[in-house]
Amino acid sequence: MTPFATNVTIEVAYLIATVLFVLSLKWLSAPTTARRGVRAGEVGMLIAIAATLLRHDILDYRWIAIGLVLGTIIGVPLGLVPMTAVPQRTALSHACGAFCVALVGTAEFYLRTPEVPRFTMGVLSMEVILGSLTFTGSLMAAGKLQEVLPQRPITYKGQNVVNLTLLAAAVAVAVYLVLHPGAKQLFPVIIAVPLVFGVMMIVPIGGADMPTVISLLNSYAGLSAAAMGFVLDSKLLIVAGALDGSSGFILSVIMSKAMNRSFTNVLFGAFGQVQATAAGVQEARQVRSATAEEAAAILSSANRVVIVPGYGMAVAQAQHKVRELYDALTKRGVNVTFGIHPVAGRMPGHMNVLLAEADIPYDKLLDMDAINPEFSQVDVALIIGANDVTNPAARQDASSPIYGMPILDVDKARTVMVIKRGMSPGFAGIDNELYYLNKTLMLFGDAKKFVGDIVRELAGGAHS
Amino acid sequence: MPSDLLTSLYVVMLAGFVGFEVIRRVSPLLHTPLMSLTNALDAIAVVGAIVLAGEQKSTLSTVLGTLAIAAAMSNVVGGFLITDRMLKMFKASKPKKS
Repeated sequence: MTPFATNVTIEVAYLIATVLFVLSLKWLSAPTTARRGVRAGEVGMLIAIAATLLRHDILDYRWIAIGLVLGTIIGVPLGLVPMTAVPQRTALSHACGAFCVALVGTAEFYLRTPEVPRFTMGVLSMEVILGSLTFTGSLMAAGKLQEVLPQRPITYKGQNVVNLTLLAAAVAVAVYLVLHPGAKQLFPVIIAVPLVFGVMMIVPIGGADMPTVISLLNSYAGLSAAAMGFVLDSKLLIVAGALDGSSGFILSVIMSKAMNRSFTNVLFGAFGQVQATAAGVQEARQVRSATAEEAAAILSSANRVVIVPGYGMAVAQAQHKVRELYDALTKRGVNVTFGIHPVAGRMPGHMNVLLAEADIPYDKLLDMDAINPEFSQVDVALIIGANDVTNPAARQDASSPIYGMPILDVDKARTVMVIKRGMSPGFAGIDNELYYLNKTLMLFGDAKKFVGDIVRELAGGAHS
Repeated sequence: MPSDLLTSLYVVMLAGFVGFEVIRRVSPLLHTPLMSLTNALDAIAVVGAIVLAGEQKSTLSTVLGTLAIAAAMSNVVGGFLITDRMLKMFKASKPKKS
């Protein structure tokens, strides 16, 4: 092929890949077409990589081959992690993506300096800053999710001032570099400072804020890739980055709305602090508790049961037992559905994946807006490992730190059952009024074991 | 303003709108696979890394390029793999027994 023909081939291949990427996300919108979406993405990726290998400016394939093989060796185990590890895997993959972008940006700078046009230097700085802070930020998030690092938010006085100063310093140096792109010795600053900022940004973030933070990091990773597209003048990269960036952005908006908090509040608010005082005024109050036998009797005589899962279900790995409960009740003609809060778990959609893994049909998994109007016709709301997302204080108590947060209206069901280890408050450290209602029965114990006991009682009851 | 740059700005703006409209329609059911799929697609940055590692312009760019390929490729392979594994699990109810 002549160089011209090769270039046209490459450009057309990139165009096809771009179309396939958009279709991929479009098909992902419904479970029935979603797997077709993955195929489209894979084909687009293959076409784009193959076309790139045709480029005439590639002189040597050895290093490319080494990189591709190495990436595959790392990627396969990352693709095969158990479903419970998906949140930390996702954080890790944000880190890998950001790492790639920051490295390419760095290499491009040293190849081009001192003659870098201002606009290019501007997007290149953005690419490197966002890439670096997303890299360490995502590693921190993954560490917290894997519980290698403490999950509790760590706060100190002047934290926000320190963080904002770091960010401002990085931006100031970037501006200087745009004006003087030959100032090579300053370039490491816009790598190092954002790396530190990424760590500091995640230090005050607690587990319950992870869904928002992971989405936000997703958005940053996309933006940095789009910036890289500008530096390399690649439309394909710009489109992919913009798609990823807008996806992360939309998810962050949904997550922060579901917690009734703004981005700034999530990043700079340090939820942990407010709670300490709220948890201080606790008194011993009466709750009603029940055994597995009693719970089984109530559940089997119900017409409609809604199960509300939370992070506690994931921790206890109770999803397969929940599936057995679902089967046992469905067999008795009880209508069982699941009510899923947008921020239940540690990342967007976390509960849906766990329940789908346990073979629960997806049409039984209803989101908050779909299930809330139904609760008044529900006989039993069974809460497994969820807390703050069911706290009626969010509706009633203006002094509560979670006031205004949309919740699942489980208190409107005829009977509420809560499986919980003990009376300790949830992640937000706030006492849950729900537990003291007359219609509420507390089922104390490990989620997996308790659900198993109920299933056994239901099976025993069938014989008698 | 060079026309190339202007075209790129149009592209990023339009892609942002397309992304917004397409992703807004994704059911909350599939938000986790959405994130892993966009992650895999984002790893298209691998094409930039491939050029960098193949051009052999400097030792630094070759080394960084190779590392970047590995990082992005792990997202390509891992991202598509786990997305498909997740989506395989989403099944509808079997038709009601009459």
